[in-house]
Amino acid sequence: MEKATCTFSYCEKPEIVEVDTDLLLIGGGMACCGAAYEASRWANPKGLKITMVDKAATDRSGAVAMGLSAINTYVGENKCEDYVRYVRADLMGITREDLVYDLGRHVDDSVHLFEEWGLPIWKKGDDGFSLDGHQAKDAGKTSLKEGGAPVRSGKWQIMINGESYKAIVAEAAKKALATNKEATGVDQNHYERVFIVRLIRDKNDLSRVAAAAGFSVRENKMYIFKAKAMVLAAGGAVNCFRPRSTKEGQGRAWYPVWNSGSGYALGMQAGAELTLMENRFVPARFKDGYGPVGAWFLFFKAKATNSLGEDYCANEEYLADARKKYGKYVDAMGTAIRNHLMMQDMKAGKGPIIMRTDEAMSKINETFIEKLGEKEGKKKVKHLEAEAWEDFLDMCIGQAGLWAAKNIEPDKVYSEIMPTEPYILGSHAGCAGFWCSGPGDIPGTPDDWHWGYNRMSTVTGLFMAGDICGASGHKFSSGSHAEGRIAGKAAIAYILDHADYVPAPRKSPDDIAAELFLPFEVYEKNKTYSTDPKVNPFYIKPDMLQARLQKIADEYFGGISTWYMTSKTMLDEGLKQLTMLKEDSAKMGAGDFHELMRCWENYHRILSLEAHARHILFREESRYPGYYYRGDHDYIDDDNWKAFTISKYDMDTGEFAMSKRDYVEIFK
Amino acid sequence: MPSFVIAEKCDGCKAQDKTACQYICPNDLMALNRDLMKAYNQEPDQCWECYNCVKICPQQAIEVRGYADFVPLDANVIPMRGTDAIMWTVKFRNGVLKRFKFPIRTTAEDSIDPYAGKPEADFSKIKGSGFFNYEAKTE
Repeated sequence: MEKATCTFSYCEKPEIVEVDTDLLLIGGGMACCGAAYEASRWANPKGLKITMVDKAATDRSGAVAMGLSAINTYVGENKCEDYVRYVRADLMGITREDLVYDLGRHVDDSVHLFEEWGLPIWKKGDDGFSLDGHQAKDAGKTSLKEGGAPVRSGKWQIMINGESYKAIVAEAAKKALATNKEATGVDQNHYERVFIVRLIRDKNDLSRVAAAAGFSVRENKMYIFKAKAMVLAAGGAVNCFRPRSTKEGQGRAWYPVWNSGSGYALGMQAGAELTLMENRFVPARFKDGYGPVGAWFLFFKAKATNSLGEDYCANEEYLADARKKYGKYVDAMGTAIRNHLMMQDMKAGKGPIIMRTDEAMSKINETFIEKLGEKEGKKKVKHLEAEAWEDFLDMCIGQAGLWAAKNIEPDKVYSEIMPTEPYILGSHAGCAGFWCSGPGDIPGTPDDWHWGYNRMSTVTGLFMAGDICGASGHKFSSGSHAEGRIAGKAAIAYILDHADYVPAPRKSPDDIAAELFLPFEVYEKNKTYSTDPKVNPFYIKPDMLQARLQKIADEYFGGISTWYMTSKTMLDEGLKQLTMLKEDSAKMGAGDFHELMRCWENYHRILSLEAHARHILFREESRYPGYYYRGDHDYIDDDNWKAFTISKYDMDTGEFAMSKRDYVEIFK
Repeated sequence: MPSFVIAEKCDGCKAQDKTACQYICPNDLMALNRDLMKAYNQEPDQCWECYNCVKICPQQAIEVRGYADFVPLDANVIPMRGTDAIMWTVKFRNGVLKRFKFPIRTTAEDSIDPYAGKPEADFSKIKGSGFFNYEAKTE
């Protein structure tokens, strides 16, 4: 089938802007802000140009756009080796320990910078109680860098007042970019509201990436950024699976709804190898609002039980059955296993599952009054109640609204928790992403885990960070920033070593425009055929494309409607449906720039989901019970599958080449 | 919980080339009706309820109404974001009111000097671990 392209007979051809740069940063979230900060310092004295392109406004883009109430990775007084062990256990034994260790040894500096820039970080008061960022400052508490004691909600987590977290990190990144702009004399090196659709390989060397192409969502302009190297950090994939919400509420995804799989799709188009794309995350969160439970579990010590008051994690029958299927991993009690046990109760009709916030608060109340007396105790409890609300108001305001609407005061009424729809990501408690070069200096690392430049993918010059650098989850916000810095620095080293390289994209600007703007032409050409442009046989609008994608994912690839169950036969059938959807993506229709972005975002979701499904099909075991199950292989098979799965997508043929790579335990 | 614009309060940020809410929305949801000179949320079912439009609106013309498919009516959550702290008013369906104030920043906005007091990059270390200003931990 000849690929249809836009002839611009029905819509206006965009102005084509070509930008030549040395290092291109794709994305404006934590990782690319880190890359901008670190890389500028290395690039400025050499006169190398750095350009950041963000589909939104960097002050509030990416996964931290709303804010956060905690930083989940701060090593501090702990050992980096133990961080590796924790990540490995939570990700069911298979992780790139070189990448995780490398992250652990760097991450604290990013946290120290955040505090220096103005992020309020809670500190331990002299009485053992917590002080918020302002109180700590007033009380003369020293910064983390100078040895100040953070308030830990878990071994690796610290509490913050993080409403403006992203705005603060973005301010530093934008100012770093401004120093680069000054050092290189370019007119502009920060592009907001430009959505990157495609990476273009080099015509002289197809293993190399030469350019990124996208368009403005504000004016009729297409951009081609030619670069010697790129840091890609365009986020994970949300809303690939049918969500539990039915209408408006599908915006209330647990992970940011704008993470549309662009990170995965762009790298796949360039031919970068993926690893562990079968991995996903199914967080158990407060029902519907998807508010965070971490602070409730770790900080307030609340218990989750079934509706009969029983602890599903202590059900001997469930545990015995799980051990038979999933072996030693059960007793590590990672996030996936806890989900699995919870679902046993839900399937047995013992739901809803309840977070006993009321009991936790009442216990705290008693302890405080006993310890401090009636007056002071009550004051501290009130402070604690505010902290509980802040947990939501900093990072999941909708949950606060939902509690208010349901008259839920957490000290008086319990709340329901529920496993969400699946999410594909690699920086939170998931590890789906690209196979990247490690640092190479950690003893015990296999030689072929390092190919010269840290975090470079298998595509020359293409570096990965944040959600899409694979097999190394649990980076969270601080780790993504640090990883962006690692990748940014390595990318500058690469550029200095390849100073003579001149990018030569294998497609012409006109050809790229014809591809990117096709949804305009399809729509304009056909929209008057029917009396209502919403229903028309010649195109599919992006919202319907997304609905169809979500239905396929949900029913065949282990979504909520099958209790996360799938199998070879289900995957095979689903992939047939997905292939037809992919064909129909040639008929995407867009009436304006906003819809044009939605079209390509959903195309990115299709590619991300296909990779996810093909990896699940390849791995003939159930490595992540509680996240998904292979009904035909419902067990963990370490003999055959304690290994990395690898895939490489061929954009020209649409085929995936699958393989396995040995897992190596570096830290005993 | 999609954001909505109160018709009476919105002035379309007429003094500027684009509205504040259009500028900030991470998901490109806010649009301007040029005939009415009023902003609106063009795709409420893709709203994450991040409140960035609510916080930035100079007219306080934007609020959030709970996702109609699961949130009962008659509650609201209203922020007032200052330069170093944010005030929240949470109104329950049953009328209970809660007010909170949380820090947002310990430095003045726009005061970050990213490399002040930091060393220059040492190019002999560009291929090793560490950042331009930081030696990686060794244990």
